[in-house]
Order: sequence, then structure tokens, then C-alpha cells
Amino acid sequence: MTNATSSSAKGQGSAPAFYNNPHNRAIFYQVVLVLVLGYFIYTIINNTLINMEDRGIKTGFDFLTTTAGFDILMSLVEYDASHTYFDTFIVGLLNTILVSIIGIFFATIIGFIMGVAYFSHNWLIRKLSVVYVEIFRNIPLLLQIFFWYFAVLSALPNARNSLSLGEALFLNIRGFYMPKPLEEAGAWVVYAAIVVAIIGTWLFLRFAHKKQDLEGTQLPTFWISLAILFGLPILATLVMGVPFTLEYPELKGFNFRGGITVIPELMALVISLSIYTGAFIAEAVRAGIQSVPKGQTEAARSIGLKEGKIMKLIIVPQAMRVIVPLLNSEYQSLVKNSTLATAIGYPDLFTVFVGTSLNQTGQAIEIVFMTIAVYFAVNMCISFVMNLFNRRVALVERK
Amino acid sequence: MLKKLTTAAAVLTMGFAATAQAGTLDDVKKRGTLTCGVSTGLAGFSQKDEKGNWSGIDVDVCRAVAAAVLGDAGKVQYKPLTAKERFTALQSGEVDMLSRNTTWTLTRDASLGLNFAGVNYYDGQGFMVSKSLGVKSALELDGAAVCIQAGTTTELNLADYFRANGMKYTAITFDTSDQTRQGFESGRCDVLTSDQSQLYALRIGLQKPETAIVLPEVISKEPLGPVVRQGDDAWFNVVRWSLAAMIEAEYLGITSKNAAKLVTSGSPEQQRLLGNGGDSGDKLGVSADWAKNIVTQVGNYGESFEANVGSGSPLQIARGLNAQWNKGGIMYSNPIR
Repeated sequence: MTNATSSSAKGQGSAPAFYNNPHNRAIFYQVVLVLVLGYFIYTIINNTLINMEDRGIKTGFDFLTTTAGFDILMSLVEYDASHTYFDTFIVGLLNTILVSIIGIFFATIIGFIMGVAYFSHNWLIRKLSVVYVEIFRNIPLLLQIFFWYFAVLSALPNARNSLSLGEALFLNIRGFYMPKPLEEAGAWVVYAAIVVAIIGTWLFLRFAHKKQDLEGTQLPTFWISLAILFGLPILATLVMGVPFTLEYPELKGFNFRGGITVIPELMALVISLSIYTGAFIAEAVRAGIQSVPKGQTEAARSIGLKEGKIMKLIIVPQAMRVIVPLLNSEYQSLVKNSTLATAIGYPDLFTVFVGTSLNQTGQAIEIVFMTIAVYFAVNMCISFVMNLFNRRVALVERK
Repeated sequence: MLKKLTTAAAVLTMGFAATAQAGTLDDVKKRGTLTCGVSTGLAGFSQKDEKGNWSGIDVDVCRAVAAAVLGDAGKVQYKPLTAKERFTALQSGEVDMLSRNTTWTLTRDASLGLNFAGVNYYDGQGFMVSKSLGVKSALELDGAAVCIQAGTTTELNLADYFRANGMKYTAITFDTSDQTRQGFESGRCDVLTSDQSQLYALRIGLQKPETAIVLPEVISKEPLGPVVRQGDDAWFNVVRWSLAAMIEAEYLGITSKNAAKLVTSGSPEQQRLLGNGGDSGDKLGVSADWAKNIVTQVGNYGESFEANVGSGSPLQIARGLNAQWNKGGIMYSNPIR
């Protein structure tokens, strides 16, 4: 009987029987594991559904299209109580993204400044960096948020006694108010100028780089790009006869109306998130810089580079290899930490959707699931972007 | 179906927690204590003193149930819950019942897998403002910033009221009622809105209570009552009739002081409620003297009201709607026989 088993055995000499083949066994165990896991998950889901039905708890996503009926403190898109629960999801999501982007922006700036300050030759600046990191890294974030919100911002005066600057900027316990530019005819020219300025700066930088490669001459790139970036839009504004009017905030009735309002909840959250995360980023930057061997600095000095250039051209590009992966996880932490907004009532996704919407509808599983998916997706996006960036940094190093 | 599957995958733990269903009455008897969900601290309703003892009109409902089932009103374990946590805690079996100033609405009754066992306080939503604003009516609140507790019916009523009257407002939502008070006190908002009873309680908590006034408008109906899980009828009955016994006792003139005497010397109705004759305890699955335990250990509804929110408390709330039906209110117990 020359069946498949014996023929394969013949091919491999004294190979073990089919069921003794390590490769086949490995596949067999994998399949068993998948089946067991699949059955386990199926049982849990099935159990949940049956139990929920038994208890008369409604399931499904129908609630998303019903009217929410409550108002939200701050919204980047049009929203009022007549919108649906799905709209509350969007409002919360945008508010979360807003606070994350602003937080990441400031945390990065603070973190880099403080991380580099650690290597300053000035004793005071160096110690300031150490003290900053140790203080803000070691205090729970929630406490810091409470500190900024209930201790600092709540001490501001009421609307009628606002701190003001030139009757245009106002700061009081209800928030920070600033004039809002309203566009008039011809405003598009200014927008176009901004786009042209950005592209122009980029082209100029490329040109300057090439020129340096070819001729070895350096242009004052910083000042020239600054001039293009700001000069062009300002020029366009003046030429068009300032096609904007400012809407000033005005005290009417209880509160200021008009203009742009930055609510204190957002301020407290951004301040505490960026200072807290900034401390971790400072440590990442310090680690990155310290990972560059000292010989690199000495070699750079020996060819006559200035201290500033050594940092910019030699140290930082190499340090980025270490810093970028660390930054990635700090950014993700910041996004996750932004859910603490719920403690001070900033209407982020967690406060609005998992808070109010969940309570009004009772659809706990659906809402929690959607929210988990969002945070997962947002952090995957951050990871993706940071990995692209990381690849770039790593390539530069290998050249 | 796929939608349902993905939904369910999210909270896996629900599948495990689900086993301890029905039979809450037996569970409580076996455990020897009642786990009762209350508020995180609301004067008059459920609050903890310095010694860690809970008191309040909501707490008394928990105590009444414990007295009926276990014969001892003290055998209650209190679980403080925020407005956001309360329903999930009950659904998942973390608490046996909820007695946490919770408004009875259709959505909650019909879609959360819960049942309301009655009403122990008829409330309505109102507004508290700072006196210095010079506001006399809620209709003058156009443009105001309003502090509010997240996840309450209050949030919905507020939106309705301002929209119906063509007014604008800014809603600032906090997690706990204590935080709303802080926000109001610091001046983050002009107005604090909540159930009227809570407003009086919160007002007492202010550093200078005399600087704030409660506006006359009542903009909603808020019947507050104890809640149990749906589908556990034996337990539902016990909670419903424990509350009813408190109300009935007041109606029949039975108090914590005269209850022991009336067991033998009272009218037939009084004697029957106190467990002398009749088999109401047997039908509910508790001891024959269940109602007597409630009245002697917790008191009747009127006693509980006056001690916690009425004349015997700092809140000084009048009986109003919460008086007996034959005294101008709407508190009414179905016949206990």
C-alpha cells in the first residue's frame, strides 16, 4: 500500500510519521488554539447577548439617530440640543482631537527646551530643568489638572471685573476672550498669499541647500524664510486694504458675547497636559542627547563648528533616533490622559459620550465599544505618523 | 446580528457577571447584608456623617428593606455612586437595589432592564442664583452659564426649558453635585440647576448660604424612587412593599413609638400591618413582622421625611406634594392586605 505517507517518508529518508512531524504538529496546535479561542469568544458574546435580552436591556446602534436633547459647553461644529447622539459623538471626538493636538504641540516645545536646557552651561538654567522634570513628573496628573482649574483659574475675577488688555482681550473666570476676525470681500487674496508664502519658503530652503552643496556659501536662511513667511501675507493684507473687521467681545447681560472664547476647562487641561507630558519629553530628549557619544561633539569642535551648529547638525539628528520612539509613546499617553477632562467638565469624547450620552441612553456596551475604537484608532494614527518620521530619522543616520 | 456581535465583544465582563441573576431575595438573606446604591453625598437624601453613618430619606428606604428582609435595619452596606455609575452598578449586580434620588422615566424603565419600585419623593427641577444678580424669575436667565450634574434628567429638562422660552445658555457639566456647587461658588456659572430638594441641600453647603436664592419656577416633574433589576419579581415586590409599608404606616397613624403597643391594641388594619393576623410576610417571602420591623427601626414615611428633609433637619422642606393623599399631597400606598 503505497500511500501518501509512505511516499513522503521515502522522500525525507527516515522522516517521522505524519503526526510526529514537528511542522504538522505546530499547525495542528495552532488550529486547536484558534478553535478554542474562537469558541471562548463566541460563548462570551452569546452569553452577553442572551443575558442582556433576558434582563430587558436594549442593544444595537439605533440610538445614534435619535435626538440627544442636551447641550454641550463647547463644539467645533454646529451643535444644539436638537442634534442626534451621533452628533454628540462627533462633537466629543473633535474636542478630544483639539485638546490632543494643542497639548502635543506645547508639550513638545516645553519638552525640547527643558531637555536641551539640561545641558546648558548656565547653572541656573540647568537646575531649572532638573527641578521642572522632578516636580511635574512626580505629581499625579489629576492633581495637576485640579490645581490649574480649581486653584489657579477659579481665582480669576468675575465677568464684570475682567482683566482686560486694550478693551480687546479679556480674561475672567469664564474664560479668555479675544476678537474674532470676520472676513470681507478680498479676504481670499490673503489666504492665497499665505499658501504662496509657505510654498515659497519651502522652495527657497531647497534652493539655499543646493547652493550650499554646490558653492559652499551660506545664506541667512532663517531671516529670509521669516521674511517670506510673514512679509507676504502682511503685504497682501495691506494691499487689499485690510479685508477683515474684528468682532470684539462685549459684556452683555451675564457674560461676554461675540469674539472667540477659550473656556477655562480647555485652558486648564491644555496647561496641565502639556506641562506634565513635557516633563517626560524633556527626559526623552535628555536621554537622546546623552546617547550620542562625546567624541561626536569633540570631533565637531575640532573642525571649528559653533556650539549652536554642533547641536543642530551633529547632536540632534543622532539623538532623534532615540527620542522619536519615546515621543511616540508620550504622545499616545497624552491622548489617553486627556480623558481626565471629565474631572473638570471639559466636553471631550469621554465626558460627552461615555458620560452624558451613555447615561441618557443606557447603551453602555455600544458606547464603550465605540469609544475604545476611537482611542485605538487615534493612537494608531499617531503611531503610524511617528513611525514614518522614525524611518526618516533612522535613514539619515545610516547614510 | 454582526452589529450585535461586535457590540457585545466590547464588554466581555458582562458575560461573566450575568450568572448572578434572579433570586436577589435569597442572596440577601444568605449574605446577611443588603447592598444598597446611594448618592455620593446629598444632604437629606443620602449622606455620611463624620462617624461614617449614613442617613437620609433615600437611606431610610434601604434600611426599611433590610429591616423587612433581615429583621435588622442596620444590616446595610452602602455603595456611593455618581449619577453616571448608578445604572451600570445595578445592572451588573454590584448593588441589590438603588435608592439614589433617581427620576422615574420611561426610557430608564423600558430600556435599561430596570424597574422602579415606587416613589419616595416627588420633586421638580428648579434654579438657584446668586442674589447679587438681581434675578427674580428663571425667564430672566437668557445668556446665563448654568452648572449642572452630568448624566441626569436635569440636563434634558434644562435644554427643553431654554429652547421653549427662546433663551440661550451655556451648560457646564460636572461629575458630582459637589463639583457643581464648587463651580457655582467660584463664579464659573451664574445659575445652578437641579431638583428643588437638592438645591436647598446644596445651598446649605455654600460658604454663605444667604447670598443665594432658589427661584420660584419648577420646570419639570421628578418622581424619585428606588430601583431594582427587571425580571426578579420576588425582590421587586419586597422593595415595593417595604416602601409602601412606610407610607401606609403613616396613613394609619403607626409611628416608631406606638408600633409595639398597637400590635395587640390597634385597629384591625393597624394590627394586620404589624403582622398580627394576615400573612403578608409569608406572601412576600419574609418574616410575619416585617412591617413592624420597618416601623419600629426606621419609622413611618412622615417620621423619615421630617427627620431628614423636613422640620427636624436644616433643609426645612415643607411636605407639599409629599404629604399623604388625604392631607393635600399625593403620597398614596396601595392596600396592604
